[in-house]
Amino acid sequence: MKTCLTAIISSLMIFSPMAYADKWSDQFPHIKATGDIPGDCSYEKMSKKNYKGKTLKINTHAIPVMGEPTALHAEQFEKLTGAKVEVTHTPAGDLYSKAMVPFQAGQAPYDVVFGFSNFINDWKRYLAPVPKKYMNSPEMKDVTKSHMGVSSWDGTMYQYPVDGDRHYLKYRKDVIDNPEMQKKYKADTGKELKVPTTWKEYGEMAKYFNGWDWDGDGEKEYGSAEVMKKDDLMFAAFFSRSVAYAKNPRTPGGFFFDLETMKPNINNPGFVEALTDWVEATKYVPPGGTNFGLGDEIGSFGGGQTLFSFSWDDAFIAAMQDDSPIKNKVGAAPLPGANKVWNRVSNSWENQYNQAPYIVWGWAVGVAKKSKVKDMAFDYLCFFSNGANHQADLAIGRFGVNPFKNSDFDPNIYINSMGWDPEIANSYTKTLLDMEKSNNRVFPLRVPGVFEFTSAVATGTSKALAGQLSPQEALDEVAKEWEAIVSRVGKKAVQDAYAVGVKMEDNKL
Amino acid sequence: MNFNHKYFFLFPGLFVLIGILIFPIIFVVRLSLSGWNSYNPGLDYIGLENYIRLFTDDPRFWESFFRLSFLSVTTVILQYVIGFALAHMVWKDIKFKRFFRVLFLVPMMTTPVIMTVIWRTFFHESLGPVNDILSVFGVAPKWLTDPVIAKFTVIIVEVWQWTPFMFLLLLAGLLSLPKEPFLAAAIDGASPVRKFIYVTFPLMAPISIGAIIIRLIEASKIMDTVYVLTSGGPGTSTETSSFYIFIKGLREFQMGYAASMSFTYLIIMIISLTIIAKVLTKVLLKE
Repeated sequence: MKTCLTAIISSLMIFSPMAYADKWSDQFPHIKATGDIPGDCSYEKMSKKNYKGKTLKINTHAIPVMGEPTALHAEQFEKLTGAKVEVTHTPAGDLYSKAMVPFQAGQAPYDVVFGFSNFINDWKRYLAPVPKKYMNSPEMKDVTKSHMGVSSWDGTMYQYPVDGDRHYLKYRKDVIDNPEMQKKYKADTGKELKVPTTWKEYGEMAKYFNGWDWDGDGEKEYGSAEVMKKDDLMFAAFFSRSVAYAKNPRTPGGFFFDLETMKPNINNPGFVEALTDWVEATKYVPPGGTNFGLGDEIGSFGGGQTLFSFSWDDAFIAAMQDDSPIKNKVGAAPLPGANKVWNRVSNSWENQYNQAPYIVWGWAVGVAKKSKVKDMAFDYLCFFSNGANHQADLAIGRFGVNPFKNSDFDPNIYINSMGWDPEIANSYTKTLLDMEKSNNRVFPLRVPGVFEFTSAVATGTSKALAGQLSPQEALDEVAKEWEAIVSRVGKKAVQDAYAVGVKMEDNKL
Repeated sequence: MNFNHKYFFLFPGLFVLIGILIFPIIFVVRLSLSGWNSYNPGLDYIGLENYIRLFTDDPRFWESFFRLSFLSVTTVILQYVIGFALAHMVWKDIKFKRFFRVLFLVPMMTTPVIMTVIWRTFFHESLGPVNDILSVFGVAPKWLTDPVIAKFTVIIVEVWQWTPFMFLLLLAGLLSLPKEPFLAAAIDGASPVRKFIYVTFPLMAPISIGAIIIRLIEASKIMDTVYVLTSGGPGTSTETSSFYIFIKGLREFQMGYAASMSFTYLIIMIISLTIIAKVLTKVLLKE
């Protein structure tokens, strides 16, 4: 009986991938794990469209993050529909201007433009709203409430959801959960080795595990990999560290600004404490770590070089890929918190534990209002994120496609099609889902001229990291710049746009 | 005789001149008097507001300008010295002269952005080969993360990339020199060093001035190297004027303000390069 059962199970295991095989996965190996999944924009449906003789022009990010899936799905779309798709790859920092220059000049050299979701305020007047037929599709109904909100402005969706990003903590589970390491850490520091729940604990552990070979691979490992390169999304990493100290659930009305006065909060003691921690972090990153962009961070943590990392999903997914040396040796947890939080109303510290998720949103994509092939453009986007493509993309860390559909939070997806350890898959989906449920979340700025604000943060914080200014001086400089930007843009314009984000943070939307 | 028809033949050239030289400059000046940005696109008129902001409330622009001056002068001096040495070497009858002449030109023929990416990989402090090799000697410089060393990393890459240009100009100069002064020096029994100091170098002075000025103009636009290698960091320690203008114009989309910086920068460069050319002429040509 036992032999028979083993034979049945073995046969199922051997033939299970074939169970999914269909004519589409034979032709497009990218979806071999699932085959085509029925839906409005499935392979089957797309193959019935005829866009022969039409050209779709797309501006997307550089390869691999988002650039690679864009190009791959463009190629698939061409084969299915007969369309010609031209994909241009642009560095992250230039995505905004590459679309804005022609937008402002009244042109549409690209039908589809990729960018970050916080561009929405500046871009929305140049983008076509997502048509109703896509809004009502089952795929769209599966998108989480917060990501529907992220892609929309005043109830109108301008950005087609293709990605959902949040910052969370990634750690080496084989070290943190290792009883020998726990014993050693306790003996050397007198403290418990566990998943850090505060940034101070994070720093202590990262410092302890910095610069020695703790995984026995013959090479030195380090404490933490972080995005510290100036202008390379570093502002987001800084906000991830700031939320614990500066997002107080008892003081609604603005994390970045006081919504009533529009006075920046960016230089209050909460943010300064976070920047002080970050300056300290320069001591436990790998050599050259203060020049790490997102790609370096993914490579560093995903390659097993560091104990911790805390930005987007990509580093975690990279670590969990089949070719990773640390597959099933990593864990996901909420961002660390702090044992004190700044109260900007009473101007004092509250000595109690605080934790706040930072919903970084992420990649967003829109169709130019002046595009002459809008139908094809929306079909492409719908195809990009169809069930089969989405599940296959989720499994590839370098693609930068992360969960944004309710069905993505089912751990079985990661266990069955990606070979994740069930405990890790459960902790991963729970971490992401808990962020959706939290009442103390922070959303990025979505105000006019957003790049001026984030660029000022990047400049100020990078000066502090380089030792050019103290954390307080650096953030005072940022606050002064923010005040100048508000004054240039117009207080009311910024305030009105910021109010929408504050409503979401204060759970009023 | 009526020569008015000659103006007809001048028109094509004049149109090109207006289209590609005059119009962009006039447009930049007009743009600099507007508040064009991401939320307010258009050529509104705000007077000298951008210029007032630049001169009274933007120390970062001036810091980046002085940093640029240091970087461009240092790189051009190094390029001149190395370029002259290499040109002098292959000017003589040495073995594989033609091979070396081509070899020395290779860096200039490569794409700057691609080469800078490769240099960034070389200098990567934890994964790059440079520190791997240096670790044998117990040294691991912070090529890209130390505010002082990062400047020199930029200089190394710039010198590597553009010394061939200097080499090319100087070699062309050396090959065009008259033979008589060298024959006279040889008859007088001048040593190679004296021959270089009293014959070669003075004869090369006019070409040297031209080469230095051309390179200074180019070096004052250092942008791609900084963009790829350091993004102006750590902090603002490698941020140059052109990179700062790029950030304000194309990252933050403050087009009007970026135009005012560009125009101010243009004026400063015209004045300073004119002064440098005069000084070099006076010193090297002893005019």
